[in-house]
Amino acid sequence: MEITDLLMQIYVFVLAIFVGFELITKVPPTLHTPLMSGSNAISGITIVGALISAGLEEFSISTVLGLVAVIFATINVVGGYLVTDRMLKMFKKK
Amino acid sequence: MQIVLYLVYLFASVLFILGIKRLGSPKTARQGNFLSALGMFLAIVVTLFDKEVISFEYIIIGLVVGSLIGGILAIKVPMTGMPQMVGLLNGFGGGASALVAFAEYFKELNTGMSFEISTLVTIVLSVLIGSITFTGSLIAFGKLQELITGKVVKYPLQNPINILLFLVVIVAGVLVVIDPSRTDLLYVIGGISLILGVLLVLPIGGADMPVAVSLLNSYSGIAASMTGFVLGNNMLIIAGALVGASGIILTMIMCKGMNRSLMNVVLGGWEDAGSGGSGEGGLQGTAKSVDAEELAMLLDSAQNVVIVPGYGMAVAQAQHAVRDLTNILEKKRINVRFAIHPVAGRMPGHMNVLLAEAQVSYDKLFALEDINDDFPNVDIAIVVGANDVVNPAARHDKNSPIYGMPILNVDYAKTVIVNKRSMNVGYAGIQNELFFYPNTLMYFGSAKEAINKLNNELKEL
Repeated sequence: MEITDLLMQIYVFVLAIFVGFELITKVPPTLHTPLMSGSNAISGITIVGALISAGLEEFSISTVLGLVAVIFATINVVGGYLVTDRMLKMFKKK
Repeated sequence: MQIVLYLVYLFASVLFILGIKRLGSPKTARQGNFLSALGMFLAIVVTLFDKEVISFEYIIIGLVVGSLIGGILAIKVPMTGMPQMVGLLNGFGGGASALVAFAEYFKELNTGMSFEISTLVTIVLSVLIGSITFTGSLIAFGKLQELITGKVVKYPLQNPINILLFLVVIVAGVLVVIDPSRTDLLYVIGGISLILGVLLVLPIGGADMPVAVSLLNSYSGIAASMTGFVLGNNMLIIAGALVGASGIILTMIMCKGMNRSLMNVVLGGWEDAGSGGSGEGGLQGTAKSVDAEELAMLLDSAQNVVIVPGYGMAVAQAQHAVRDLTNILEKKRINVRFAIHPVAGRMPGHMNVLLAEAQVSYDKLFALEDINDDFPNVDIAIVVGANDVVNPAARHDKNSPIYGMPILNVDYAKTVIVNKRSMNVGYAGIQNELFFYPNTLMYFGSAKEAINKLNNELKEL
């Protein structure tokens, strides 16, 4: 990887943090719990890396680690989105 | 194919951003969560077509097992258990990031390619942050589930030990970057990080958990971002950064809600809680108490009522009783609103979720800054299971440990009703002078029974 590639990634990281700040300061306190569980589910995006490790051609320590990582990340993703939806369903205005 | 893959990753990143944007209003929030889930689904599906993904047995096992566990947890958890659920899920995300970093390390080591320095640095960071998130979240879960004491736990040489462990991690990290074949050192980094997660969260007291959970949320995002750097995947970097930012903002809001620095919270509890401060002199007056019947008559003649819920309401599962109270009062054409302190409960927005569960309309829930100026116009403020967040000492008593903390000005209401089980002190360990104010009436009893009793009296009027 060229140093410029790394720099581009740092660009993306820094800009995404700013986008995050902008978006999240607008979320009202009443939705802070669903925001937390919903963003929590997003952090399960690491599942992408887990899938690649678990799907490697040859069986190795990486595939084993990948398998555990897939399980962990899937719990995070599935549990996170479902529980967030369960909460948001309840927020009603009469 | 790789081009399609990256375009879908870009699309998924956009869906995450739109999803969080739509979480900005209760009307669109559910849709937002769906968009974000759709992004995740697309990202997962398209990854299965990655050229490196050859065998699918482990992937299928992992997805099925994970979905079952996650699904069951999500369906079974009661709303009062939400803080520990979020804590637990956080831990799995962080743990997964650390494992992926390890897997990537072994993969590159076995192929015999030379490591990039930046890859090694981010592998170390991902292992460090991911492991701290994993055990830290498990401890937070244990505390919230009351498997571990919710009290502030202090151990000897707390700071020197933690600083020393951090230094060891940094030195080991530098050595791994210099000599990537030092697998043993990477294990050391992982092991110490796991210990650090325990040591960092253990001292944090129960009522400070909103800060801890927010902070761990942020870590899990940053760990995902670091994994993105390891894999050279921008989608992971973006998604992780969004979560990292979200956690940091919530952490700052929680700290501001307690007027404490992050350092103070992380190091454990109010330093001089119980000693010094007020609560001793001048407050030994008698608190007046009121019974359900009198209280019902008082409420019957009120026009403007504000309810202030706290953690006590969650513990007693009194949210449904409080909802019934609201309905009864509204039938009598009494205006009822809720005032919610930012740190009420065990996680950001905890009270709002419980009240939403009890079908209280969200437009009746007001944040501190939106309702505080209106308390002088309130006939009766009812405090249900809250204590420190309504202590007027925070406004004027410079010796009080909670001095400067933003509080709900319930004492400005014409009458304050405090529903509590006893006169016991709150989390900050100080007596609340509000209980002795001339316009305060204590209504003793566990929140659920006490409010139900009040509801029955009101119905009989």
